[in-house]
Amino acid sequence: MPEMRAPEPLSNPLNPVARWILFILAGVVLAACNDQPWNSPYPPDQAGANILYSSFNARPKHLDPAQSYSANEAVFTGQIYEPPLQYHFLKRPYQLEPLTVTEMPRPYYLDAEGRRLADDTAVEDIAFSVYDISIRPGIRYQPHPAFARDGQGEYAYHRLDAAALDDVENLDDFPLSGSRELIAADYVYQVKRLAHPRLHSPIFGLMADYIAGLKDYAVTLREADKALPEARVLDLNQYPLSGAQVLDRYRYRITVRGKYPQFQYWLAMPFFAPVPWEADVFYSQPGMKERNISLDWYPVGTGPYMLTVNNPNRQMVLERNPNFHGERYPDSGEAGDAEAGYLDDAGRELPFIDKVIYSLEKEAIPTWNKFLQGYYDASGISSDSFDQAIQVGGGGDISLTPDLKARGVHLNTAVSTSVYYMGFNMLDPVVGGDSERARLLRRAIAIAMDYEEYISIFANGRGIPAQSPLPPEIFGFREGQAGINNYVYAWTERGPQRKPIAEARRLLAEAGYPDGRDIKTGKPLVLYLDATGGGPDDSARQNWIRKQFDKLDIQLQIRNTDYNRFQDKMLKGRAQIFQWGWNADYPDPENFLFLLYGKNIKFKHNGENAANYKNPEYDRLFEQMKNMENGPQRQQIIDRMIEILRHDAPWVFGFHPKQFVLYHAWYFNAKSNLMANNTLKYRRIDPQLREQRRHEWNQPVLWPLGLVALLLVLMVVPAVVSYRRHENRRVQTVQS
Amino acid sequence: MFAYIIRRTLYAIPILIGVNMITFVLFFVVNSPDDVARMNLGMKHVTPEAIEKWKADHGYDQPLLYNADAPGVERLTDTIFFEKSVKLFAFEFGSSDAGRDIGADISERMWPSLAIAVPTLLLGLLVHVSFAMLLAFFRGTYLDLSGVILCVVLMSISGLFYIIAGQYLFSKLFHLVPVSGYEPGWQAWRFVLLPVLIGVFSGLGASGRWYRTIFLEEINRDYVRTARAKGLPELRLLFRHVLKNAMVPILTGVVVILPLLFMGSLIMESFFGIPGLGSYTIEAIQKQDFAIVRAMVFLGSVLYIIGLLLTDLSYTLVDPRIRLS
Repeated sequence: MPEMRAPEPLSNPLNPVARWILFILAGVVLAACNDQPWNSPYPPDQAGANILYSSFNARPKHLDPAQSYSANEAVFTGQIYEPPLQYHFLKRPYQLEPLTVTEMPRPYYLDAEGRRLADDTAVEDIAFSVYDISIRPGIRYQPHPAFARDGQGEYAYHRLDAAALDDVENLDDFPLSGSRELIAADYVYQVKRLAHPRLHSPIFGLMADYIAGLKDYAVTLREADKALPEARVLDLNQYPLSGAQVLDRYRYRITVRGKYPQFQYWLAMPFFAPVPWEADVFYSQPGMKERNISLDWYPVGTGPYMLTVNNPNRQMVLERNPNFHGERYPDSGEAGDAEAGYLDDAGRELPFIDKVIYSLEKEAIPTWNKFLQGYYDASGISSDSFDQAIQVGGGGDISLTPDLKARGVHLNTAVSTSVYYMGFNMLDPVVGGDSERARLLRRAIAIAMDYEEYISIFANGRGIPAQSPLPPEIFGFREGQAGINNYVYAWTERGPQRKPIAEARRLLAEAGYPDGRDIKTGKPLVLYLDATGGGPDDSARQNWIRKQFDKLDIQLQIRNTDYNRFQDKMLKGRAQIFQWGWNADYPDPENFLFLLYGKNIKFKHNGENAANYKNPEYDRLFEQMKNMENGPQRQQIIDRMIEILRHDAPWVFGFHPKQFVLYHAWYFNAKSNLMANNTLKYRRIDPQLREQRRHEWNQPVLWPLGLVALLLVLMVVPAVVSYRRHENRRVQTVQS
Repeated sequence: MFAYIIRRTLYAIPILIGVNMITFVLFFVVNSPDDVARMNLGMKHVTPEAIEKWKADHGYDQPLLYNADAPGVERLTDTIFFEKSVKLFAFEFGSSDAGRDIGADISERMWPSLAIAVPTLLLGLLVHVSFAMLLAFFRGTYLDLSGVILCVVLMSISGLFYIIAGQYLFSKLFHLVPVSGYEPGWQAWRFVLLPVLIGVFSGLGASGRWYRTIFLEEINRDYVRTARAKGLPELRLLFRHVLKNAMVPILTGVVVILPLLFMGSLIMESFFGIPGLGSYTIEAIQKQDFAIVRAMVFLGSVLYIIGLLLTDLSYTLVDPRIRLS
């Protein structure tokens, strides 16, 4: 009699695996119900919002204006802090204009006794330049807990103890916030912060040479700081600085040693933006640093945007500053701006965009794919995606690929205010010095180094060969035939053409190295390039350089080392040939031509003249030129200086890189401005168009899911059939 | 067992000192303190005085390992190595060279790492063990042969390929999931789904073969034959008896990595924009931030040692014959 089995208890008919599958399917269905493309990386409530989406690939190291100097930091600091001046968004060559000041500051001059001098006084008689700067009243800081006051009118968060910070993880955890008016003292306070012993401002060394008393001020602060306990903060207001003084609530004075017209460009950088003393007091309280709450991470400014989320591990968010003083879109620009639509918003209130979300993207491929899907509004072009974005015509003309054109993407190109060059150490007995022999050798190498080919191979055509240290858009740069380096190029109907290698070999022979051999010793000429590379990319570049020298039968030995040892070699004047680059601090020829000024030599002095080039005439002209206003006389001097450099050839002028940026059709006012870092306020987007395009471009393709399910069934069914057959076979075997 | 744990914990101390020493030496063979200072100060307008000052402020102005100018024991203690290492043993990671608190960063970034690593491990175990069981069940058939070939093919492909191909197919071409990104909370599932599936699929080859070998070894034992002779269904035999007895080698591979799940996946996090500890470590190496590199290597070592200890302890749970002494 068969055994009676008890009925199984009632239970959930689904096994755990089925439950999980249902859960995932439910999630998929829910995702499908929110009307957003499935692959949208953004929450549904952001659909159609006036938000700009961008990315960052490395967390910014510093957002404190005294420390921040990198381009990826300026993306944020430029929108938050407001120095006295800014660059005009549209006009070229680059022009400064007032930002928070009532008018452009004009310096007046003093002699060593403090007597006022006439404006046309000779430079050598000027002991000090004085800038009296007037700021506009009524400008207010963004809301911030550092300004918050309690019921008694005292600062609410200036005397916090460790217990008060127990529940604090970020700035949002402080329920109160406040604001106050920007005053001149805030600008003076920031100038003092440049010398703060705990801040390590990168421009302190430079500014200490110019701002009166700053060097001694740093010593004073260092001594005062040593005497303070670790937890206490230096009250800079107690220590006066002769070079930066408050005149009244809205006026302050900066005194600069000698005549330094380029100082006005520094006044357009965040280094000279205001910092309220309240911020320093607030952030220096015990427990703040341990929570990563510092001015370096939560800036306090008066600009159009404020940083509301600073999670450099994932996302950084800029939002419209409700206290922004207001500004209007420029109503004039350079020729062609109106036709390009850059003046369509003339006179409109800034900023246009409500919020900007920067997401961390470590890799180029995902970033590019998200741009193509419409989830980023603009993008650079990495070498991986260059072929997908750009097509180069037979004549070297550059255009977008049909796919991008169909998507309505726009390409903006601009030559950077940078120069990459190959330098010769002028102290070296073979390639350096003022002898004709060395000069001819350098010129021969300059012809052999085919930078047109370099740009084509290693920069995807994104660059222009340099004819001098000066890039386009910088005063002194000359276009066309007048601007070519006649020692390396010949002017033809097609523009500048590099001289043939035969000419280089002729120069080499004239230098005493026919066919790359020293005519005196008969030995092959061996030169040394000191480099910092060593990776696969560097190896390809170095092989290419070797090939260029091979054209002259010169043997090039490449000495790779790490950056620190390379720096050490340069400082000791031991390198022979090297490669370097320079990115402009400000759009003035002085900022490029000083790279070859004799008093700036690298050897022993650690100046920026890495070639250790010294030419008395050049130096004299430089001193004359650097203090002049732009004009025909300055141009004439610059022309002569450049001619000297071309003749002496301490550098092989390499190339000026070209920036390519892609913008979607919904992105407006995208004009490149490579000097200004506060351009976000001018940008505008059309969120509705973006939303529409995102839906068009990102419709989910579902058949692959069906295919995967089918494949799974095809795999499982034979397995099940085979298992059953196997089990049955066993039973049959037992029965038989 | 308690004595065993104490002994193993004491063994860990010299191991950690050694790991810390090796990390220190390797890091400073490639980078000098001057490099680190330059990296933090930037490349422009950096004076030798600024470099010296930065080093002094961040404790990099002392000799690396041995201070010949100091008296007595201070020759060893007045060094960068000693100053930077001692606090690690109290799990005080201090600040990064850029000034951020490392402990706070770690506690924030471990969650996204876990959000990927835990589902990948659990789902991976389920899929890989089941797959290997199937191969073992169909051993010697064409299904088994096809499965082994598939495993070899999967093993031969770089992990990076799965990521790029997965992103291309499921995000770019089919528009089913976001290419990259992360949202905390429940929204994370949309961003975690593809990395987890890729993680499971890319591990199928190696794990499938490894588990298959273990199961095949177990499946030929006498107790299996006896159970089969008694008429036990094959699936129950495999999943209830063979799996249980094959747990020791499986645990060896799995339990040891449990604590390391915190550490995240370097490449996966980087490509999917997951703000975990894997990408944190990579970023620190790129930025030559010794404080973070040192802390992460130390943490990894501690977790690995804990993993080994847990593995030993877990043996006693799955195999009563094993006694720790």
